[in-house]
Amino acid sequence: MHLPPSRGAVSAALASCLLHGDEPDALNDLVEAALVLVDDLIADDDIQISLFMLYELHYGGFDDVDDALEWNPDLLRARARIEARLEEQLRSAVSVTEHPLPTVDAVAGALFRMTAPTAGPGFSRHVAKKADEQQLRELLLHRSIYQLKEADPHTWAIPRLRGVPKAALVEVQCDEYGNGRPELMHSALFAQTMRGLGLNDDYGHYVDQLPAVTLASLNTMSMFGLHRRLRGAIAGHLAAIEMTSSIPNRLYGDGFRRLGHDSATTLYFDEHVEADAVHEQIAGRDLAGALAAASPELLDDILFGAASCLLLDELTAQHLLSAWRNGESSLRQAERSRGTTRTRAPGHYHG
Amino acid sequence: MAEHTGDVEIVPCPDGPVLVRGSFAIVGATGPSVDRGRPTVALCRCGLSQRKPFCDGTHRITGFRTDDEPTPLS
Ligand code: FES
Repeated sequence: MHLPPSRGAVSAALASCLLHGDEPDALNDLVEAALVLVDDLIADDDIQISLFMLYELHYGGFDDVDDALEWNPDLLRARARIEARLEEQLRSAVSVTEHPLPTVDAVAGALFRMTAPTAGPGFSRHVAKKADEQQLRELLLHRSIYQLKEADPHTWAIPRLRGVPKAALVEVQCDEYGNGRPELMHSALFAQTMRGLGLNDDYGHYVDQLPAVTLASLNTMSMFGLHRRLRGAIAGHLAAIEMTSSIPNRLYGDGFRRLGHDSATTLYFDEHVEADAVHEQIAGRDLAGALAAASPELLDDILFGAASCLLLDELTAQHLLSAWRNGESSLRQAERSRGTTRTRAPGHYHG
Repeated sequence: MAEHTGDVEIVPCPDGPVLVRGSFAIVGATGPSVDRGRPTVALCRCGLSQRKPFCDGTHRITGFRTDDEPTPLS
């Protein structure tokens, strides 16, 4: 992918460093100033696209950016400044009401309670029953920024774990990566779903259309995954992902079937119903539970990681639903006005 | 992950399915064997899965409990 367009002073300065080799001094000054002025990092487009750019250097990189910049100390300094504030905001925003003992059963039980399915209308039920074709496309665009590299942020944690938790994480990730069959990698199945709706499945193709909150979900995973200090948080995060997957994916599949999409297109969702019923047990018990038992000092971060996942999922769902209820697109305005995505007149949606 | 050779591990998960990992086949009672789909499977034991014999997470909606079963030796 190419470096996406910037969204403000910080990302513009960052883009100059990445594309033209500008010295990052000015960037760090701008980051510092932005962090004083910005209240809510999760909703800030300029900060979140900047963080996305900085993290992507560690994943697939950008075609138009020098790979050597991955370890540029000034860029890492800018990233660290943003991360410190993001972590601080997440720690104060999440509510952890469970206080289990550091045993496998107690920790898994607490995580299952934190992620218990709720009754009543929710995001996935909207998708199952009411979403129209354009809303399904938007859903895939939002998801694509993580799902086209599904499992990668948690894979960073493998060398930071030992024993039972490590074996558990590897077992889950093997399944995510298709058990040796590339065409069954979850990211490949998601790409197939996107193609089923006529969407481009190149990684990052739609990133310019994604709002800050969507990027914040991925950036949070990258932050947890890339810091050994936060290995408890990435373990808890994965447990929460797996524990909130089977039932919503069944409902997403229903939504796509309702609008006539074929089984190749819904395979991604169908696969997750069964796979994640397995993964939630392994991630809850053998990864998060066993990690807490072996390293009780990580227990709080395990719960923090899980709660952060739930918070960001909730914020993203709220963003999509409230846009749709107002008859609007959940994608970024700037992009829509450039006409690169199909738009409809206000009032079209009846969700 | 490479398939285990020999040992089969069966894990009754509290309030949930039975995890089975190792070298095994799921054989249909009257028909062909069931494609297990992945090396480790979760078999439904609440009886309410729509994808039997596999767990599909329904036990979490219905509040299935396994409180009164004996704890297996570890
Ligand atoms: S045990 Fe999970 S659906 Fe029955």
